[in-house]
Amino acid sequence: MSGPSGGAVAGARFAAGDRVRVRDDWPERRGPCHIRTPHYLRGRIGRVQAVLGAFPNPEDLAFARPAPVRPLYHVLFDQPPIWREGAEGDTVLVEIFEHWLDPDTEQEPKAA
Amino acid sequence: MSAPARPESLAKLEKLLAALAARGIVSAADLDEAQARTDRASPEIGARMVARAWLDPDWRALLLRDGAQAAEQMGVSMAGAPPLGVLEDKSGLHHLVVCTLCSCYPRAVLGYPPSWYKSFEYRSRAVREPRAVLAEWGTVLPPGTKIRVVDSTADYRWMVLPERPAGTEGWSEDRLAALVTRDALVGVALPQAPVAAAAE
Repeated sequence: MSGPSGGAVAGARFAAGDRVRVRDDWPERRGPCHIRTPHYLRGRIGRVQAVLGAFPNPEDLAFARPAPVRPLYHVLFDQPPIWREGAEGDTVLVEIFEHWLDPDTEQEPKAA
Repeated sequence: MSAPARPESLAKLEKLLAALAARGIVSAADLDEAQARTDRASPEIGARMVARAWLDPDWRALLLRDGAQAAEQMGVSMAGAPPLGVLEDKSGLHHLVVCTLCSCYPRAVLGYPPSWYKSFEYRSRAVREPRAVLAEWGTVLPPGTKIRVVDSTADYRWMVLPERPAGTEGWSEDRLAALVTRDALVGVALPQAPVAAAAE
């Protein structure tokens, strides 16, 4: 298993530095579930800081279903856009499973 | 006067434990062992890890790379414990740990979480207004310091490695460890710099 400083996880879709968007999905509206992705991050854009490893999916574990391992990432978000308040430069760092992340399709301005 | 009614929750707990034992999932002995392990843990373990990291650069590198392995090297049993991640404070960056979903906490190296850590107030406010929370703790960060809130949502448990206070040059590991409180290991406080002994 790789440590917080990062490392290879077989089959991981993202790497440190990748911009990702958290899925704007609300399984809570569809029925009983156990979700570890905080509400306040749904739909938010962040940046992968580290690949933490691969762990059994808690959404299955919680219901005693077979739980395939999924890559887990440490993803960094700017704080003020989330709450529309707070100090510039403050951040939130959160563990998020790969199936909750999409590549961010909004292109960053490229240096000329 | 009659004795107070036995809470219904206790009866439910006993049924659950009996069912787990009957299916061979968790025995009473397993539970006793897990409880004993947490009872033995205390913030003094985390404090020793921090003090050692302040003194030994190689061990600091190990601690940041693999907190569980570092803890094992100090004789802390991490068997069955989740991976331990260590968050390195540095000049201009301060970490604050919260579990907004429940109460995830690095019990193997800090023991039981304090009740405020599990409170709805701390869990909802630390992630949204960390500066107000720190102010209420009386924690003053150096000017220009950014706050990084670490929301412990999944399989790691997180501990802060604070910066070594100025004025502690030449101190022993024991003396340094005594500066590191539980609250500093969560990030709501800073290790207190010693009062200048020469001040009259």
